Amino acid sequence: MGRKKNKGKSSNYSDSESHDSGLIDITRKKFRLGDYVAEKVIKGVAFLSITIIVLIFTFVFREAFPIFNSSNGEKKEAAVQTVKDSQETYGSVTDQTPVAQTQETYGSVVDTSAKEGVQETYGEVTDKQQVQEQYGVQTSQDQDTISASKSTYTVNAGSGTDDNRSAIKTLITKDWVPVSDKPRYGILALIIGTFKITLISMLFAAPLAILAALYTAVFATKKMKEIIKPTIELLAGFPSVVIGFFALMVLATFLQNFFHYETRLNSFVGGIAMGIAAIPIIFTITEDALTAVPKSFYEASLALGASKWQTAFFVILPAATPGIFAAILLGIGRVFGETMIALMATGNAALMTLNPFDSVRTLAATIGAEMAEVVFGDTHYNVLFLIGSMLFIFTFVINAIAEFYVKGKLMKRIQGK
Amino acid sequence: MINSLRKNIKGIVIEGITLFSAILIVTIVVVMLTVIFIGGKDQLSWEFLTSFPTDGMTKGGIFPALYGTALLVIIMSIAAVPFGTITAIYLTEYAKENSIIAKTIRFAVRTLAVIPSIIYGLFGLGFFIKFVGTHIDGAFFGGELKWGQPNLLWASLTMALLTLPVVIVSVEEALKTVPQELRAASLALGATKWQTIWKVVLPGSLSGIMTGTILAVSRGAGEVAPILFTGAAYYLATLPGLGDQFMVLGYHIYVLTTQSANVDQTLPIQFGTTCVLLLLTFTLNMSAVILRYRIRKKKNS
Repeated sequence: MGRKKNKGKSSNYSDSESHDSGLIDITRKKFRLGDYVAEKVIKGVAFLSITIIVLIFTFVFREAFPIFNSSNGEKKEAAVQTVKDSQETYGSVTDQTPVAQTQETYGSVVDTSAKEGVQETYGEVTDKQQVQEQYGVQTSQDQDTISASKSTYTVNAGSGTDDNRSAIKTLITKDWVPVSDKPRYGILALIIGTFKITLISMLFAAPLAILAALYTAVFATKKMKEIIKPTIELLAGFPSVVIGFFALMVLATFLQNFFHYETRLNSFVGGIAMGIAAIPIIFTITEDALTAVPKSFYEASLALGASKWQTAFFVILPAATPGIFAAILLGIGRVFGETMIALMATGNAALMTLNPFDSVRTLAATIGAEMAEVVFGDTHYNVLFLIGSMLFIFTFVINAIAEFYVKGKLMKRIQGK
Repeated sequence: MINSLRKNIKGIVIEGITLFSAILIVTIVVVMLTVIFIGGKDQLSWEFLTSFPTDGMTKGGIFPALYGTALLVIIMSIAAVPFGTITAIYLTEYAKENSIIAKTIRFAVRTLAVIPSIIYGLFGLGFFIKFVGTHIDGAFFGGELKWGQPNLLWASLTMALLTLPVVIVSVEEALKTVPQELRAASLALGATKWQTIWKVVLPGSLSGIMTGTILAVSRGAGEVAPILFTGAAYYLATLPGLGDQFMVLGYHIYVLTTQSANVDQTLPIQFGTTCVLLLLTFTLNMSAVILRYRIRKKKNS
């Protein structure tokens, strides 16, 4: 019996499925129950992380959804398509093109609310100051009336337009003017700004981190390793608000004195600061990938007469390419969603330029700066959640690529093709 | 001969470039530390740490921010550490290495780790405040606004989600350092699987759980984006409870540097606060690094 017990348990160890049945006849009931409960609880909790992802997905989208609610999603797609086609002339005719497309089905639902609103408050909204004040506390329905009464384009487009609708149409323009009597939510400048700053930070951080990782993995003595690795681990622990503070107070002034550009806070400063934040991620993953390259590669290369640096650059580095690619991807993911540094060091002006020395406003910073002041349920609120959804999808996809594509490739390459 | 010399020089130059990159990064870290410590060291005093801000935040200390940060990380740890540890136990002890469930959970954990912190803020707002909070209000307080607004509890829970992957990864690493022989011996002596985990595996990985907790606390103390609109406040005259908004170090720095009317006047306080925050995370991370190196050493020996 005793032998059987042992045997059963040690095999149970690797095979958890047969665990319960194997124990029934040998353990007292009380213990079995405890084990059973413990296992179930542990299993349940383990699913928590999956649940959280699903919940995040659901709830961020849920709050963004009302944007598409006034018209349906497909219609929005259609509108987007039209706007894309007519983008060159879009700036001047802003709101008219897509309306014509969607007017027919759109009218019935929102029409009444807009009209009612107009009747109720039409007379009051002449005072501009008052409009501004109202904006903060009113619901989107009331806003409709403001835009309906104030702007001429609504009249041109017909009676079936409301503010929410026109807000969606402005999504892919470059004007980000969320707080005004005629709010425009053009996220194009924000997207371009985010990509610009990501590019700058990667140009700064990726070469630096990869070369440093190469040094640590191949050339460094043990002593140097013991200095470099903990230091970079410490950098990973720096709160981003501290890096942002450093960029704002010290780095911005230093770089301005060095390069003599006009705006003190710009995408260059922000990019460098975010690069500093991304260095630990890129470094760590690259270093892992480099040290995962089998020693035999290294020895074979040396035996063939290659020097150390040739081995490093032509054997080890290529072998670890997928890992380095993953490192850069995750670095991009980090920079893309970085909020505090963007808020503090980039100037936060939604300009659509490619000049690295202009101020810039990123997607994440926009959420961070404006969410606290926004009215719940407002179009602005929904648009911010929409931006959040975009960030979420972007980082999710990047992580998925890094995870599946790159890892599979890396394993194949190291284990022999 | 000349050829090999040239090769050598090229090698030295190239090695030099990589060395330079490594040194540059180390220099950046050292410069950041020095600048902030030199800027803030005059502010650091017992008074600064224990008094309230005065004169419209231009003078006085940071006590409420410290207090808020402490409460935040404590509640956060209470939520994150048990759940993180249990998930890690499942991954190392129960799940099969290559089963789809384990793979999915690992992927979820890694995704949680890379989701931008601002998204957690949005989630906290959309889920905890707008969904859970509002429903609690509706059910227990007759629709009166009590939990359906930003407060310490929701901010801490949001932060707990953010730090969950940190805990899971550290604990998992530590659990793996417990030798298989120990588990086998325990099972051979007649202990059940749960007894083995509770009495053998967990005590053996206590330092790993400690590391995870420390890292999570350090992360939680420094993050600002998730609490921007789930509970952080600009200034409060009283110390917060669970249902109140609260001041926190990181947010304090952000507010002072970007939102205050006279940035120059508050400059010493800004440096002081940043210095305190950095010292805090620095100390925590240092101890975590040391603990982790010990664990790794144990594993290798």
